[in-house]
Amino acid sequence: MNPFAEFPPALILLLGALLVPFLKGNWKSVYVIALPALTLLYILQLDSSEGWKFNVFSFTDEAVDFLRVDKLSKAFGIIFSLNAVIAFVFAFYVKNSTQHVAALVYIGSAIGTVFAGDLVSVYVFWEGMAISSTFVILSRKTEKAKAAGFRYIMVHLLGGLFLLAGIVITVANQGGSIAFNGFDFATEQHAGTWLILIGILVNAGAPPLSAWLPDSYPEASVTGGLILSAYTTKTAVYTLLRGYPGWEPLIWIGCAMSVYGIIYALLENDMRRILAYSIINQVGFMVCAAGIGSPEAISGATAHAFCHIIYKSLLWMSAGAVLYRIGKSKCTDLGGLYKTMPLTLIFGTIGALAISAVPGTSGFTSKTIIIHAAEYSDQAGIFWAWLILEAASAGVFLHAGIKFPYFVFFNKDQGHRPKEAPGSMLIAMFILSFLCIFFGIYPQPLYDLLPYAVDYNAYTWSHIITQMQLLMLSALVFFLFLPMLKRTATISLDFDWFYRKALPPLGRGLDKTLNGTNAAVSRGFTSGVIAPIVNFFESGASRFVAWILTPFWMSLGYSAEKIDAKQQSLFKRAKRGAFPIGITAFFAVILLGLLSLIFLLEK
Amino acid sequence: MEPDKKEFDWFDHPESRKLLWRVLIGACIVSVLLEVSLFFDDGHGRHGHFGDHSVDGWFGFYAVLGFVACALMIYGAKFLGKFLKKDEDYYGDPEETTLPEDIDESIR
Repeated sequence: MNPFAEFPPALILLLGALLVPFLKGNWKSVYVIALPALTLLYILQLDSSEGWKFNVFSFTDEAVDFLRVDKLSKAFGIIFSLNAVIAFVFAFYVKNSTQHVAALVYIGSAIGTVFAGDLVSVYVFWEGMAISSTFVILSRKTEKAKAAGFRYIMVHLLGGLFLLAGIVITVANQGGSIAFNGFDFATEQHAGTWLILIGILVNAGAPPLSAWLPDSYPEASVTGGLILSAYTTKTAVYTLLRGYPGWEPLIWIGCAMSVYGIIYALLENDMRRILAYSIINQVGFMVCAAGIGSPEAISGATAHAFCHIIYKSLLWMSAGAVLYRIGKSKCTDLGGLYKTMPLTLIFGTIGALAISAVPGTSGFTSKTIIIHAAEYSDQAGIFWAWLILEAASAGVFLHAGIKFPYFVFFNKDQGHRPKEAPGSMLIAMFILSFLCIFFGIYPQPLYDLLPYAVDYNAYTWSHIITQMQLLMLSALVFFLFLPMLKRTATISLDFDWFYRKALPPLGRGLDKTLNGTNAAVSRGFTSGVIAPIVNFFESGASRFVAWILTPFWMSLGYSAEKIDAKQQSLFKRAKRGAFPIGITAFFAVILLGLLSLIFLLEK
Repeated sequence: MEPDKKEFDWFDHPESRKLLWRVLIGACIVSVLLEVSLFFDDGHGRHGHFGDHSVDGWFGFYAVLGFVACALMIYGAKFLGKFLKKDEDYYGDPEETTLPEDIDESIR
């Protein structure tokens, strides 16, 4: 029996974050570790759910549900909170309240999305995630972070609008129901579900909506980048697994992501940007699994997301430790660090081997489930998708497995002699390294968490041999082609070129044409034609009256000042339309008299 | 670094690099040769997953795939790099003059 009253686990982080600014020093660091730890314990004991519902809409009796507990949401909830605990251990030295509060709200919103039971609650947390993650980026307080944070929120607001538009149309198509279960590919394709899908794919980092990720994460702080790397994309994976299993286009979108990530990671010079592109590559596998949509594929994607969060965090930590000690993150500035940061190297290499799915690591026991699911799918063209995934697996070893550690820790000694990473960072990296190997050797506890039971054993003799062939030959290619992979101090154009380079001139051009036209019209027509007409109707009548009355006043012997005052008073009254009633009546009588006269003369 | 303390620089020596090369090439050869052991089960070796004679069941398929895929991706990246690579100040991003707060205090 559940000892707690059931409430959404996100509340622990969302409400707990409010107290962070009041704590000082190490108490603050301990507190931000304790919050996700408490969340983890709470999620672990959630079993069934009555839901946590509110009736907010008049158009439906359905309540908005903030707590849907099943194996899928629980698996993501567990890894989200577990990763947060260890990330905050790594961030023990950070005393920046802004970043901690933003990070806690961000992680809380991600957990909220995962446990959200319908389209409305998903949307609420989705936007919460977009806004809070922007503050995680901004909290580095550099000019670059501010600029990247601005571009980041613009893209995510756009993605959020797609999602919202899709939700509105979908709710209408579902007869007013806000339910969010799996959409059926055969019968539920309409503008609504496609718009929701686009909104989700923005967050998943699918090209061409992907450039926000490598643009912004590497501008966040050492620990900010680490925290960001886990949640936005994996929340998107969760919503795809929940809502879009078996949507075949996702197979090809996923394949495109996995190759795109590799190509750009190969071109990239900044180590954190390499890791950012590698997220897109990895999420590609999960998106592809959602497209396959079989129970094994869904479980495989969940397992892969789980392990990916662990080893990707580990990689961001080792890169973060190097950045922390040296203040540089470009491969052209790094090298030879194995001499003084051997532990960081070892932990980083374990993460690199795990992401490459080397036997004995968690990548081998999780990612390969997706490939296994592809082998047993009968969807059209699945062989080619399978081939791309296997080729991409080889490419992962190339760009993340070898390139990252090689250029950072080996390659040319640049004369840096930094100290080893601080204790809290080493502890965090040790825990994640342990998990990478633990789930690699003994994956059963992980398999037990998956939404569908998996009958899969990664360790067949045949599988080990083929995997080693794939990886060893990839390594051989890396070192054979090393001269071609030499780092250059360059950046690579990505889809953000369109809004960073092409749009501003377009904007300036539009500004010139439209605002220029506006100004010309204002000069020529508005002030040249309209203004005299307005002027005539505004003061023409009173001027005419003054023109008649002035000789009359002069004949009465008024002084020039008095006549002037009379004229001004006349103009003012005419403008306000406020003549004494007597005068109005007098003119009315005259007018009526004139009309009667005309009438009589006509006869 | 105190001058009397010998630094660990094994990976910088040419003979270490030569040894690592040999280990790598050896591992490649061994991984392919080990596939022979799969013939001991039923005399047929591996089976493809996409029909009886699908290409992924061929001997050494994964070795070839690893080599060809990686080589193609490197060439592909190199080719695209001609168009995509730009100077670091291409976007005119502001250059930071001081290191931000998240970097080790002792080097800021």
